[in-house]
Amino acid sequence: MQPLEKTGNILPLLHEIRHALEDLLATGQTMVIDLQAMPFAPSELVELKEILGVGEVSAELHALGKSTIQETAFSGAWWIVHFNIDEKMISQTIEICHIPAILMAQHADIQMGLQQLSSTLGGVSL
Amino acid sequence: MNQLSLEERLRLHGVSRRGFLKFCAATASLMALSPAMIPRIAAALENAKRPSVIWLSFQECTGCTESITRSHSPSLESLIFDAISLDYHHTLQVASGDAAEHAREQAMKDNWGKYILVVDGSIPLGNKGFSTIAGISNVDMLIETAKGAAAIVAVGSCAAFGGLPKANPNPTGAVSIDMIIKDKPIINVPGCPPIPVVMTGVLAHFLTFGTLPELDHLKRPKAFYGQNIHDRCYRRPFYERGQFAETFDDEGAKKGWCLFKLGCKGPTTYNACATTKWNGGVSFPIESGHGCLGCSEPNFWDAGSFYAPLSTPIGHVAQNAGYALAAGALAGAAIGFANKQKSSQAIEKHEEITVNDLIKGETK
Repeated sequence: MQPLEKTGNILPLLHEIRHALEDLLATGQTMVIDLQAMPFAPSELVELKEILGVGEVSAELHALGKSTIQETAFSGAWWIVHFNIDEKMISQTIEICHIPAILMAQHADIQMGLQQLSSTLGGVSL
Repeated sequence: MNQLSLEERLRLHGVSRRGFLKFCAATASLMALSPAMIPRIAAALENAKRPSVIWLSFQECTGCTESITRSHSPSLESLIFDAISLDYHHTLQVASGDAAEHAREQAMKDNWGKYILVVDGSIPLGNKGFSTIAGISNVDMLIETAKGAAAIVAVGSCAAFGGLPKANPNPTGAVSIDMIIKDKPIINVPGCPPIPVVMTGVLAHFLTFGTLPELDHLKRPKAFYGQNIHDRCYRRPFYERGQFAETFDDEGAKKGWCLFKLGCKGPTTYNACATTKWNGGVSFPIESGHGCLGCSEPNFWDAGSFYAPLSTPIGHVAQNAGYALAAGALAGAAIGFANKQKSSQAIEKHEEITVNDLIKGETK
């Protein structure tokens, strides 16, 4: 079986990323590209991932299933995939930003952690 | 429990704020909204209360319920499903008989004017006895339950357009929901069945914003039905170059060429299959090598062979006119003019395709 031909959507997407990185540098403007909203031939997402490559930062999030946050070889462009608990993909995006917001510790979580820590320390005699 | 917001309920299940934000990101993608909307979704869902949903199943095959409940669990769909209070669904609920009907009446009373009514299946008008629940005819139950609904979601092509029960010669006199209910906002979510996330996406929109999504001329949410399969199909470049599969096992088929000549209805079908896909985003019919049947379009069941190209002329004079008129009379509307127009359009086209023509079309 010969490989299926392409939609031709990779090149314009790469230009979109280039423009977004320019905007991030110039104005700090962040951007999210939803990869599920675009048609790709079955092989094209793999090809896009190869072109964007792997950068210096790689993170895993475990909340309502796994998420992978991978900086691409082009710093500032992040490939983010969210999975559910059954490891089915529920969202796949490219984010153009200094650091993806999902990685930031959240106020509510810090507060809850603090309470737990305080409660733990309360039971320990120093 | 019903008074808790979605975030509070997720937190009770041990989901962190970060998990909630992840949920919001996936919801934005689910609703086909711009990722820029994520903070707004988060702000809305923080305070969203659990809306009451009454689900009525009429003349249907239960495929729509199968679709929405057979999604991989626990999934985003199930979380959204969990975020509503499904107060009546006679296929899923434990209660039966009088107890089930009391649950519906109680939910209606407690949430009058606020509940969402989800309907799958068409309504038979030929004889009220054709389809009943607890001795109540479908049409009576629909009219009664619709009265207190904030909005009605017609799930599946049967509820939205009449569906397979309406196929000629329409033995039960099946009509769609909007032929009967004229005074409530109706959202059509057609498909046979609809994509699960499209169904939950509509509920998520209501849950998030408390409003109905933007609809097209067939009352379908534009977010999911705004573009046709053909425009979003990865095989579109082959169509542009005139490279078509002629049979399901020729070289063109093996190379993944366009399925237009094998009857693909993608160019006239508006749905999210080409991008949202099925089975957890694995594939969709065209990617699996079969043309689109056009199942989210009105009258797809009577639109000629699934395997005849779109260029094959069809033109039915609807034999359903009598029932449509009956429904119109129920709602104080008339469709006589529309049918007259349809008849003259059909006369201008070629004669109707016969069974023999269909067989010839399939074996070409």
